[in-house]
Amino acid sequence: MAAGSMVGRTLSDRLILVAVIVLGIVMVAPIVWALGLSLKTNAELMVDTSSVLHAPYTLQNYWDLVIGSPVFRWFVNSMIVSLGMTIGVLVLSSLAGYGFARLEFPGRDIIFVLVLFGLAVPEQAVIIPRHQLFSELGLHNTYIGLILPGLSTSFGVFLMTQYFRAIPREVDEAAMLDNATRFQVFWRVLLPMTLPAQATLGIYTFLHAWNDYWWPLISGTNAQMYTVTVGIASTQINFAESAGLGFLMAQAIFAALPILIVYVFFQKYIVRAVSGGAT
Amino acid sequence: MSVAAAHVTDSRETRSGARGDWSSLLYVAPFLLIYIVLVVYPLFSGMWLSLHKADFFGERVFVGLENFTRLLADKVFLGTLWNTFYFIVLTVPALAIIGLGLALALNRTTRAAAVLRGVFFSSSVLSVTIVTLLWRVVFIPDGGFIATVLEMFGKPPVAFLSDEDLALPAIAITTIWWCIGLPMMLFLAALQQVPKELYEAAALDNAGRWKTLWSVTLPSIRRTFALVIIIEIVLQFQLFGQAQLMTLGGPNNASRPIVLFIYEVGFNRWDIGYAAAAAQILFGLILMAALAQYFVARRKGEA
Repeated sequence: MAAGSMVGRTLSDRLILVAVIVLGIVMVAPIVWALGLSLKTNAELMVDTSSVLHAPYTLQNYWDLVIGSPVFRWFVNSMIVSLGMTIGVLVLSSLAGYGFARLEFPGRDIIFVLVLFGLAVPEQAVIIPRHQLFSELGLHNTYIGLILPGLSTSFGVFLMTQYFRAIPREVDEAAMLDNATRFQVFWRVLLPMTLPAQATLGIYTFLHAWNDYWWPLISGTNAQMYTVTVGIASTQINFAESAGLGFLMAQAIFAALPILIVYVFFQKYIVRAVSGGAT
Repeated sequence: MSVAAAHVTDSRETRSGARGDWSSLLYVAPFLLIYIVLVVYPLFSGMWLSLHKADFFGERVFVGLENFTRLLADKVFLGTLWNTFYFIVLTVPALAIIGLGLALALNRTTRAAAVLRGVFFSSSVLSVTIVTLLWRVVFIPDGGFIATVLEMFGKPPVAFLSDEDLALPAIAITTIWWCIGLPMMLFLAALQQVPKELYEAAALDNAGRWKTLWSVTLPSIRRTFALVIIIEIVLQFQLFGQAQLMTLGGPNNASRPIVLFIYEVGFNRWDIGYAAAAAQILFGLILMAALAQYFVARRKGEA
């Protein structure tokens, strides 16, 4: 794995290069195709989709979207749900992480193990009783109802507990000598030291909330409460007879754009958060 | 799904923590409350529910294990088990091997390699609904990307998503495209961890590139390979959105996975006792994979 230039010296280097380029083309082809379709009028696409390959192109579909699409409403919903969930997870996980890492209370270690067990419980396995519970509480089609299940995942607590444990105890003890209360130690001394973990957890949670399909599909059934992810799904159900291929693609590109732009700027952090979340 | 580093506990803390009292519980109480109400209670309530014949409007009759015996005789359910396993076979090895190949090819410090890493990971940040929309216009016979290319060569279009033999493979291709970023990044991280001395030693032995790959690189990332396989099994087991949006489980149930079955029985047919029983089977299967992940991750120090 010597660092060398991508342009190969040997035959095998060239073969690797060709394979990577082919895979790269497969990677971008669907997006380029959708982009092409979105720049074509429906009349033209009805006749022949290979017209995508040549001019004329038009922004008509995007203009139609600006005046007549509920996509903006979905954006607002997604933003409220994702931000709410991110803030909630950061607060709950920081408090609980500090509690599990630093404080003693009856049954602490057993409770921690039980919380870790939650990592092995897939959402789909508890969906029926959870749905019933939210019906009884009248929380379906509310922002709180869309946010709450995201706050019950153990991952953040696990991550923050590990992080607090890695901070040397001498840091707390020094602060305690200065007569700081336990909460002050947590809030002023330790919490700022966990900033990298907060960033990882925050990005991970936001991305998951933004892209989640399962719970919003089941709980947010009112069209006014659609998130972007569910909203885009709702346009696909009547794929053939809906607004037209060009318009659908414009909507998909438009919905993908914010997250792709964020990705371009914060790629390093997003990759770290997603990989960290998996292992 | 992050049981991986659970073993990293510091036994010292049990002894010398802040003095034990109930007020300490206040820090963990908010999370615990939500966890108990939204995870622990539904988990047990679902197990209890799976022993009942129940509908959404409250009628419940205790039927013992009848839902489970019904499931094991239900051809549609057994078909979803088969489809889910088949889907895992189609996606997981491909994700691991392509991910490893990309990691090996792109583990360089050049600008081009960095850009390509970014491209291969980019699909991972998209939601399932955007991914399926993009791929449906690749697969549809009426003006899809593949059909348009075939047409240029004078070939007839192929109806991938409405063909019993091609529907699940088409969903698998879509999924590999969507998920390739994670295994690639996990392998890249592992490659960075391989000690430089091993490569230096191999160079001293005049080992060629392929020899070095086989005898140094691959053995060093064995554990990561196992971890990637298990993580992907757990993830792909939960296949839902792609099947629901691209084929609705069809044609003729050929692409219906377990989770879609639970969703339809629970929220279209409102046969919730039956859906809860199917959910228990899903839970049991995922639990086994999660335990495997835990034990592989625990052996961190060894390999």
